[in-house]
Amino acid sequence: MIRVHEGGVRTTVQDAGRFGLYHLGMPPSGALDDYSFRAANLLVGNDEGAAVLEATFSGPTLEFEQDAVIAVTGADLPLKVDGEEQPGWTSLRVKAGQVLSFDFLRAGARAYIAVAGGIDVPVVFGSRSTYALCVIGGLEGRAIREGDMLPVGDARPAAAGRTVEERLRPALPKEVELRVNMGLCDYRLTDEGRRSFLESEWTVTPAADRIGYRYRGGELSFVEREQPFGAGSDPSNVVDLGYPVGSIQVPGGIEPICLLNDAVTGGGYVTIGTVISVDRDAVAQSKTHGKTHFRAVGIDEALAARAERRTRLDAIRTALT
Amino acid sequence: MAERTVRSPLPGTFYRRPKPDADPFVNEGDTVATGDVIGLVEVMKTFYELKADQDGVADRFLIEDAGAVEAGDDVLVLRD
Repeated sequence: MIRVHEGGVRTTVQDAGRFGLYHLGMPPSGALDDYSFRAANLLVGNDEGAAVLEATFSGPTLEFEQDAVIAVTGADLPLKVDGEEQPGWTSLRVKAGQVLSFDFLRAGARAYIAVAGGIDVPVVFGSRSTYALCVIGGLEGRAIREGDMLPVGDARPAAAGRTVEERLRPALPKEVELRVNMGLCDYRLTDEGRRSFLESEWTVTPAADRIGYRYRGGELSFVEREQPFGAGSDPSNVVDLGYPVGSIQVPGGIEPICLLNDAVTGGGYVTIGTVISVDRDAVAQSKTHGKTHFRAVGIDEALAARAERRTRLDAIRTALT
Repeated sequence: MAERTVRSPLPGTFYRRPKPDADPFVNEGDTVATGDVIGLVEVMKTFYELKADQDGVADRFLIEDAGAVEAGDDVLVLRD
């Protein structure tokens, strides 16, 4: 078991996600930065999709009641064991009674804390991921807090001192470029609206969490039309459709919202484009006041980026297994 | 002697007032005790209270009202 002394601002149990229920309105949840999440599990000898802790902006303080092997990846959130700084992206042996804590965030936004054996909370609809909006999964469907006890699963023997080399760790830039596959409803934008979306410098607002990231910076205008039957009256409304994870909607044409893993699965807003799956990791590591640019790419470039990312993960797998 | 400061553990938007038309939590020159709320940090659709972690007198704020703050930023300088 792991005893939680402090939860951190928002730390949840996440695994690879809850799939197969999207059509019923159940979003996948799961680790937002999938690459760092998988690397954390590989470091401690877990299956890649095992449940970990996702800490946002600030880390928890955790006391281990049993010996454990752990690794912290993702954001540059300096970690300490019994007050002594330890490296990230490295497997570490922690003895029963030792305390893991964190300093102030240096870069990125989300850190992944993997423990050999995984965080052994109950599986709900096929996943241990926390979906806080509906209070399911994770630990009682919520962020962890002081006094909680986190069960740890049976671990395979795992070695300490294994590390992911620097070149395979994500850059955590202050300014991000997100590649976007335009559609499903970008036909609703005027040429000027499309230009504004792709050429404005956008800033992440404080309304940014696992549900979605809201941006401010430009203004988007829509082609005038008589709204069709079934669509709402605002020009940013369409007849209801399914929202891809990563899709960007613009209620009222003012503030684009990129929908993430805990978002609503469908509705009646224009989706002007979808952030490619690889770059959702970069969204997860961006934060309020961060600068963002959107760049339109075709599906070929999106798939090439996915293949390149698979090659990087394969390099980690080969080095660690 | 190094200045004593209250730092923000979170990135976000810093507010000195509980709401726009209210008085600031703390004015420069006020006495501050450990645990006193000195402002709010807005992030993830939530307002988190920023509390003093030491006693002192509020000397000056380094982040303006509604200004951007990074995790670890000094927000308020305290003097004896």
